[in-house]
Amino acid sequence: MKKLILNLFLILGFSSVVFAQVPKGDVLIQNATVLTITNGTLEDTDILIEDGKIKSIGQNLRQPNNVEVIDAEGMFVMPGIIDAHSHIAGTSINEGTSQVTAEVSMEDVVNPMDVSIYRALAGGVTSIHLMHGSANVIGGQNETLKLRYGTTNPDDLRFEGAPRTIKFALGENPTRGGRARGIQPQTRMGVEAMIRNAFNDAIEYRDEWAAYNANRSNRKIAPEYDLRMETMVDILEGEILVHCHSYRADEIYMLMNVFSDFGIEKLTFQHANEAYKVAPELAAFGASASIFSDWWAYKLEVYYSTAYNAAILTRNGVNTSINSDSGELIRHLFHEAAKSQKYGSLSDNEALRLITLNPAMQLGIDDRVGSIEVGKDGDIAIFDKHPLSTYAIPQMTFVDGVKYFDINTDVADQRIMIDPESTIEDVVIFSREDHDMCMHEESIVNFYELVNEEK
Amino acid sequence: MRSTKLLLTILVLVLGSTLSFAQNDIMRQARADKFALTNATIYTVTNGVIENGTIVISNGIIEAVGANVTIPTDAIVIDYEGQEIYPGMIDSGTQLGLVEIGSIAEAQDIREFGDITPQMEALTAVNPNSEAIPVTRVSGVTTVITRPSGGVFPGTAATINLFGYTPDQMFAGSKGLVINFPSSGRRWRQTQEEADRARERALKTLNETWDKAELYAEIEGTDGARYYPEMEALARVVKGEMKAYIEVNAAKDILSAIEWVQEKGLTDVVFTGVAEGWRVADELADAGIPVITGPVQSVPTRRSDAFDAAYKNPSVMQKAGVKVALRTNDTENSRNLPYHAGFAAAYGMGREEALKAITINAAEIMGLEDQLGSIEVGKKANLFVATGDPFETSTQILEVFIDGYQIPMTSRQIELYNEFLDRVPGLNKNPVSTDQ
Repeated sequence: MKKLILNLFLILGFSSVVFAQVPKGDVLIQNATVLTITNGTLEDTDILIEDGKIKSIGQNLRQPNNVEVIDAEGMFVMPGIIDAHSHIAGTSINEGTSQVTAEVSMEDVVNPMDVSIYRALAGGVTSIHLMHGSANVIGGQNETLKLRYGTTNPDDLRFEGAPRTIKFALGENPTRGGRARGIQPQTRMGVEAMIRNAFNDAIEYRDEWAAYNANRSNRKIAPEYDLRMETMVDILEGEILVHCHSYRADEIYMLMNVFSDFGIEKLTFQHANEAYKVAPELAAFGASASIFSDWWAYKLEVYYSTAYNAAILTRNGVNTSINSDSGELIRHLFHEAAKSQKYGSLSDNEALRLITLNPAMQLGIDDRVGSIEVGKDGDIAIFDKHPLSTYAIPQMTFVDGVKYFDINTDVADQRIMIDPESTIEDVVIFSREDHDMCMHEESIVNFYELVNEEK
Repeated sequence: MRSTKLLLTILVLVLGSTLSFAQNDIMRQARADKFALTNATIYTVTNGVIENGTIVISNGIIEAVGANVTIPTDAIVIDYEGQEIYPGMIDSGTQLGLVEIGSIAEAQDIREFGDITPQMEALTAVNPNSEAIPVTRVSGVTTVITRPSGGVFPGTAATINLFGYTPDQMFAGSKGLVINFPSSGRRWRQTQEEADRARERALKTLNETWDKAELYAEIEGTDGARYYPEMEALARVVKGEMKAYIEVNAAKDILSAIEWVQEKGLTDVVFTGVAEGWRVADELADAGIPVITGPVQSVPTRRSDAFDAAYKNPSVMQKAGVKVALRTNDTENSRNLPYHAGFAAAYGMGREEALKAITINAAEIMGLEDQLGSIEVGKKANLFVATGDPFETSTQILEVFIDGYQIPMTSRQIELYNEFLDRVPGLNKNPVSTDQ
């Protein structure tokens, strides 16, 4: 009997994995100004999304039966914004127990009920790159998500088919961790050595398995299976995209050298405040940068920053995106991208690319999202004014053609069930001191706890 | 032969770029002179908009403003046809000059040891050469309140103009005692229990200290009264000689603070932070207490609040009749003040009121309305020239005047841009000669 129930559970569980379908929507958006990113600005244009995909773009599209129609006259439609660096919807950030933790993955710590997801949608964001923290040199694997808010199943947020990615970290965060624990690395020299060691170990591991597989016999014992090394091998073979926390030009340059030596090509530098100093080298390597619009001076390695970073990188031919790394900033990435016009006069399309197609390329999902093209996913944001205007207010946000945010139905009190007997929930005041802490939180918190426990 | 040609081309390019970049790119020092800024659209803030207007600056003061102004013969005339001129923006809450690098204790002079340090003067620790100061002022922010933090009485905040080589040269003439009103709200990474305990402790400290201060104010100067620097600082507020900036955010704390202020009979009081002001806007208006609120670009204080609660906060208070000024509560990115104002404008406040919130309202709250906050004859020449609406990111700030000084339009961030946009050498330091 027990067995039967167990089997039943297994079957049910299995089928739910196989048949779980995220909702796909149909919608016709009419008379909008469409910022396509790849095909200019189209005035007075309709977009038809069917079964979650963009079916057609044009004027006076025929209205199919039973499809919601949105009159977007006077409004601006852009591709859903993509944040290439986020920690919202994550219940933990750092697995700081070793300087290499390639075996862990953020897919295991997704919280689909984080209200920050809704707030990001209310800023036109449809996809995020949920990243591991920067406490260790080779951190865990990240998870690319679509913001399908309203589900209780973490798997529903998965960006199906998105390539795997992993977090690396250079500079102050991992070296501070090393100092706190009295281990390597405590310098940028040590950081490089650890990365090279990890790759060399992975090559050894791969060779051992290759030798075993080439000459299998009953008398031979297979090498030990090691998920950490498996992951490192996948990086060497180009199956995992590396997104590396970095700030200073020298460390950025160092990692490009290391990757050249190991033949790894797919590399995005995260934060990269000094990427502008090695822009020609980044362009030659083909590496990307995912940066802040204007954050600086919160730690020594970002003291020599410039808000013109995006413009310098763009002009030097480096694929660049602007990210948030913050539950606050993620709500106005359109505004953060717009700052590239103040700092370096990027064109409208160049500025919008920083939060759409460019991050999509960095995450390897540009065949699906990042521009408004027939065949791409119905991930779309509608604004009342041009999204690069400070006065622009997001109106609606769609993921796979399903509307997850609509300012017309947004209510002041977001509580689902209001119990008059209940006490009012906590008030959280975010002070300036917290602001600083937050920006290097990724390293401090975990190691601090770790050190205290070890003592 | 070819290389000379190349050299010449490079020379032309380099010269061309310096000329086209900004007309005062070569200006290394600020200059004081008599200036006439002509043909601009002038947003006076207090007297409407003047088309094709002229501003005459002399001895650091606005000498004339209007459409029909006689230009003095000895003035340097700068034609700003098609450009807009605004009063310098005022950020009513920053740590500018006190914090150089956020994560490094040695680079911060913001929080003295102890809960009761009202005698600490922010002005004395302002570093006039902070890298963040030029970065901020070239964006049109000419004046800020810089304030200490931590404890119940962290010290005295000062209003400074963002130009000068000593704190006194920067001082704009207004100070206020900072009081952190005991908060019932949790801070980030704090449990509610910790927050409650901290609040109780702070409340005790606040009231006990205030009782002493009142007593001190009474006996001060009498025979045998010992000099007590903490009490000396507080007594100034008790006697109404100095204003108090009371930091308070949660709705119920705001109500308690109103009660506290009335009970203590304090009249020169400003509430700062006021994150949940929108919940008690009418009470604030009734109490007649002005507020300095922000950052506008903030997450709501409660999970159940609408995504735009913080964006709308200034507007709700202003419409209820509260005098509202804005702050970034930032240091290095105080330059984003116009965008915080822009968000407030978009979410209900409107452009005109939002502009007031970072100019004249701020000046009035500080008691500096006779000197700052608008473009009027007799006021300090703190103003900037922009290509358009300063709330829009596509607008460039062309020129900044502070205390009548024309400020070099550069900062380390701009210098780095000039150096690295087309880095020399580029990818190859020793390119193979193309001559052979």
